[in-house]
Amino acid sequence: MEAEPTGSMPLLSEQNIVASRQMVRTLCQSLKFSLIDQTKMITAASELSRNALIHGGGGHMRWEFVERNGRRGLQLHFEDEGPGIADMSLAMSDGWTSGKGMGLGLPGSKRLVNDFDIDSAPGHGTRVSITKWK
Amino acid sequence: MHTEDHSLLNALRGDEGAIIDAWMQEASSKDARQRAQALEILKLLRDALASGSDTNRLESPEWDGLRSALTELSSSRAAQGQSASDTNVFVLALKKPLFAAVSEKGGDAAALWTMSRTVDKLAQHTVTTFQEARENIIRRQQEELLELSTPVVKLWEGVLAVPMIGVLDSSRTQMVMEALLQKIVETGSELAIIDITGVPTVDTLVAQHLLKTVSAIRLMGADCIISGIRPQIAQTIVHLGIDLQGVSTKATLADALALALQRTGWRVTRAV
Amino acid sequence: MDRIPILRMGKTLLVTIQVDMQDQTALTLQDDLANEIAKTGANGVMIDISAMEIVDSFVGRMLSSISGIAGILSATTVVVGMQPAVAITLVELGLSLEGVRTALNVERGIALLDRAREEAQIGS
Repeated sequence: MEAEPTGSMPLLSEQNIVASRQMVRTLCQSLKFSLIDQTKMITAASELSRNALIHGGGGHMRWEFVERNGRRGLQLHFEDEGPGIADMSLAMSDGWTSGKGMGLGLPGSKRLVNDFDIDSAPGHGTRVSITKWK
Repeated sequence: MHTEDHSLLNALRGDEGAIIDAWMQEASSKDARQRAQALEILKLLRDALASGSDTNRLESPEWDGLRSALTELSSSRAAQGQSASDTNVFVLALKKPLFAAVSEKGGDAAALWTMSRTVDKLAQHTVTTFQEARENIIRRQQEELLELSTPVVKLWEGVLAVPMIGVLDSSRTQMVMEALLQKIVETGSELAIIDITGVPTVDTLVAQHLLKTVSAIRLMGADCIISGIRPQIAQTIVHLGIDLQGVSTKATLADALALALQRTGWRVTRAV
Repeated sequence: MDRIPILRMGKTLLVTIQVDMQDQTALTLQDDLANEIAKTGANGVMIDISAMEIVDSFVGRMLSSISGIAGILSATTVVVGMQPAVAITLVELGLSLEGVRTALNVERGIALLDRAREEAQIGS
């Protein structure tokens, strides 16, 4: 299946999280990412989709193929109108150990992608954008 | 369609053979293959214009065909070792014949300007894709070089070894990790010996890369031994306070093999 | 919603995860396993993840939980068949899956469970 270079899908249910993983897989295959890069990107998307649903009260994922300096890439945006993140430095610090902590997985997701951008404030929702370059 | 694009289209609908001849002459090319590529490009340009595509929007999908042909042109040049400026010059050489064709069909200054700008954009596209093609080639060669310098060998039943040589940066480590893990799965080997005799220095970053590899190996259900640790490196590790997380370490590959055999239940005795 | 089937092989419960699981499916599996261990007195649980291309933090936590719960119910858990790409990603993600035992494949997994049983017997 050829993927559209841009689009969006809702993140309002658990099925949507599964669907978002499958969509990101299709997009990665479209761009012929390596298996490792594909795995990392889908995993990051899974984390961020879940965040938008569970912590953000529901949102959506937008995608677009991007290009910079002749390199192609996949950019995903996870947006919700939820409570927003009050303490950004805390959210971005590694407080994880396996199975413990309810971390948002943001620092982990950041390590899985090339570009990571987050825009969030109390009362203003959250938008996380990630990019993986070929 | 803008009138200027119309003038361009008209010019392109004229004597195609003459335009190609003039283009090839201007570019000082007698190559049959280049002529064929030029013909293809001209045809795609004409077809796109005829279906109403806007020369202001060369990034849009309607111009995919033309952009592909241009990419093909620059890729083949890159593979032949020619420079970006050669391809640039080739595409820009189209201006003179088009200038003549557009004027002949009564095109005004605006039409000539559009034609010139369009050819500029086409040339720009070839330069960009040329660079990308070159970078891809270089990247591939680098990968092949890396692969050659990090072979994973089977030392014994269930024991793999990989000698690391040179500076351990993140891309090198990634490559080794992938190759090693893949081999572990393929051979069902429970032990991997990572020999760092050939690694000049170990700093916090290098240690981090190594430890990530160790973690991945353990996550999969195998284990590893790090060998080739020179006394200076041992000192550095302690000095930097690097926690090796219980990974077995040995000074030499031979010691590591002995440990590996022991761990996998082998006992080696002398025949005589 | 799919329900992951649990097979029984002697005193071992065998689970093969082959679908892209919804979060709820994972939680249900956790429940089902706990119930099944208690019901059958199984002392070993093998979870085959060789078909899983993606293991995110939710699945990771589920595996840790199952391991912990099984342990309390006196059963050893082993996760087998983790793909290299998954291992690399989990490390990068920072998930160490502490307390979860892993083996390269089913064969090694069974060996691990056998060894654990022996040790448990020696200890008891």
